[in-house]
Amino acid sequence: MIEIKNIKKNFGSQQVLKGISASFENGKCNLIIGKSGSGKTVTLKCMVGLFEPDEGTILYDGRNITEMDFHARKDIRREIGMLFQGTALFDSLTVEENVQFPLDMFTNQTAAEKLARVNFCLGRVNLPNTNKKYPGELSGGMKKRVGIARAIVMNPRYLFCDEPNSGLDPKTAIVIDHLIKEITEEYNITTVVNTHDMNSVMGIGDKVVFLHEGLKYWEGNNKEIMQITDGELFDFIFASDFLKDLRRNAKY
Amino acid sequence: MLKIFEQLGGFLTLMRSAFSKPEKAQMYWKETFRQAKDIGVGSLPIIAIVSTFIGGVSAVQFAYQFRSISLVPMWWIGSIVRKGMILELAPTVSALLLAGKVGSNIASELGTMRISEQIDAYEIMGVNTPAYLIGPKIAASVIVVPMLVVIAVALGIIGGWGAGLLGGFFSTTEYFRGVQDGFDGYDVFIMLVKAVLFGFTLSSISCYKGFTVQGGAVEIGKSSTQAVVLSSIVMMIVNFFVAFLLL
Ligand SMILES: Nc1ncnc2c1ncn2[C@@H]1O[C@H](COP(=O)(O)OP(=O)(O)OP(=O)(O)O)[C@@H](O)[C@H]1O
Ligand SMILES: [Mg+2]
Repeated sequence: MIEIKNIKKNFGSQQVLKGISASFENGKCNLIIGKSGSGKTVTLKCMVGLFEPDEGTILYDGRNITEMDFHARKDIRREIGMLFQGTALFDSLTVEENVQFPLDMFTNQTAAEKLARVNFCLGRVNLPNTNKKYPGELSGGMKKRVGIARAIVMNPRYLFCDEPNSGLDPKTAIVIDHLIKEITEEYNITTVVNTHDMNSVMGIGDKVVFLHEGLKYWEGNNKEIMQITDGELFDFIFASDFLKDLRRNAKY
Repeated sequence: MLKIFEQLGGFLTLMRSAFSKPEKAQMYWKETFRQAKDIGVGSLPIIAIVSTFIGGVSAVQFAYQFRSISLVPMWWIGSIVRKGMILELAPTVSALLLAGKVGSNIASELGTMRISEQIDAYEIMGVNTPAYLIGPKIAASVIVVPMLVVIAVALGIIGGWGAGLLGGFFSTTEYFRGVQDGFDGYDVFIMLVKAVLFGFTLSSISCYKGFTVQGGAVEIGKSSTQAVVLSSIVMMIVNFFVAFLLL
């Protein structure tokens, strides 16, 4: 479980996070939703230590990462996998080398062991036979899969995904979502997913945190979210008037 | 002015972390080797072509000047071309060429990695990013630039020879008599000192410029231009001080 308490972050005079507290549970897909610019990416980057929050604590199963220096954080970093908004694949390395990189850097496995693990992970995300391709030669959906394979190669306890289905067609997006959910449940990972895709919320939202203007506005799950009938969250979910009318005229 | 000191501070901090202890030495060696190959093989053609012609031009020019002074024997040209190439032309011209080629390359590569979050991806894994991404580039550059300069000297001397034969200024024996005459190992030492310093200056400034990019594609372009301009200027200042202090 990851707990964040009263996280604040400013960029210059702009207050982006104004004190966010939330907890993210094991074996579940925990979603952070919110409008573009609401601070989802900043929250995620604070959690993994790419940004230093100005205030607040972040606990990884009780371990406070905000008080740690680079070396102490390393141990937790080995337990973290992350899929970036733009996938951030290393473009001078092949698919295989990308996925294998953490193994090369941090383990003493033999070449055969590493290859076996890489192939297992690439198989797990349904990407066999792309080992020798470069990221530039892949489609958006394939890149996301490679990103996920690289994120899970070290058997992480925590998985972070920043907009895993941005730029994908609805069908591929759902496939990627389900892949994340399966992996989360299979390995009992604490997964945190940033998204503004309502399909994801309905499909995999075991727990949903809604950010609005730098604060946590609402928290619940995908069943509860459908009961909302007004307020900022209602505006966000049923963005178009068409959907709003549909919701208002619905029977429940 | 304040900005200059701020940048200098940032530069020094980055350099300190670039030379901290590697997590896994083997990976760093591999990366250093890869960079050395990139820098060396990639720059060899342009350095070879340019230095050959510079050697040729020097020979032609001295021959033109010497013809009016009949007292000076033509075999001196070999000696002058050699000395000029070793002391100044090969290191300086290579440095400026490399600033344009390698410097902009390093800065835009690191800049792209920064903007596309690849550096963050390394960071997340627990990699010490300055050490892994900058250290090997600087090490490779410090090793490879002197090699390139030595090649530049050799080709410059050959270029001078070719140009002289073409123009009929001297015979092969005359020229190489000049090349060997009065050879001083100290010149080579100075050349190597320059080359090592240039290698360091060029790569460290370009790494700094690329690593600290913020923004998007436009900033990557700007930073790689800045890397070329700044490292050229700093290398010429270093060049002056080496000459001033060691000659
Ligand atoms: N490095 C930065 N420097 C300055 N401001 C930043 C930085 N990163 C983010 N911001 C600001 O923080 C705010 C929140 O950005 P963030 O990227 O977290 O939004 P988001 O919710 O992830 O949006 P999206 O859905 O579009 O990805 C924005 O107003 C942005 O301008
Ligand atoms: Mg975002």
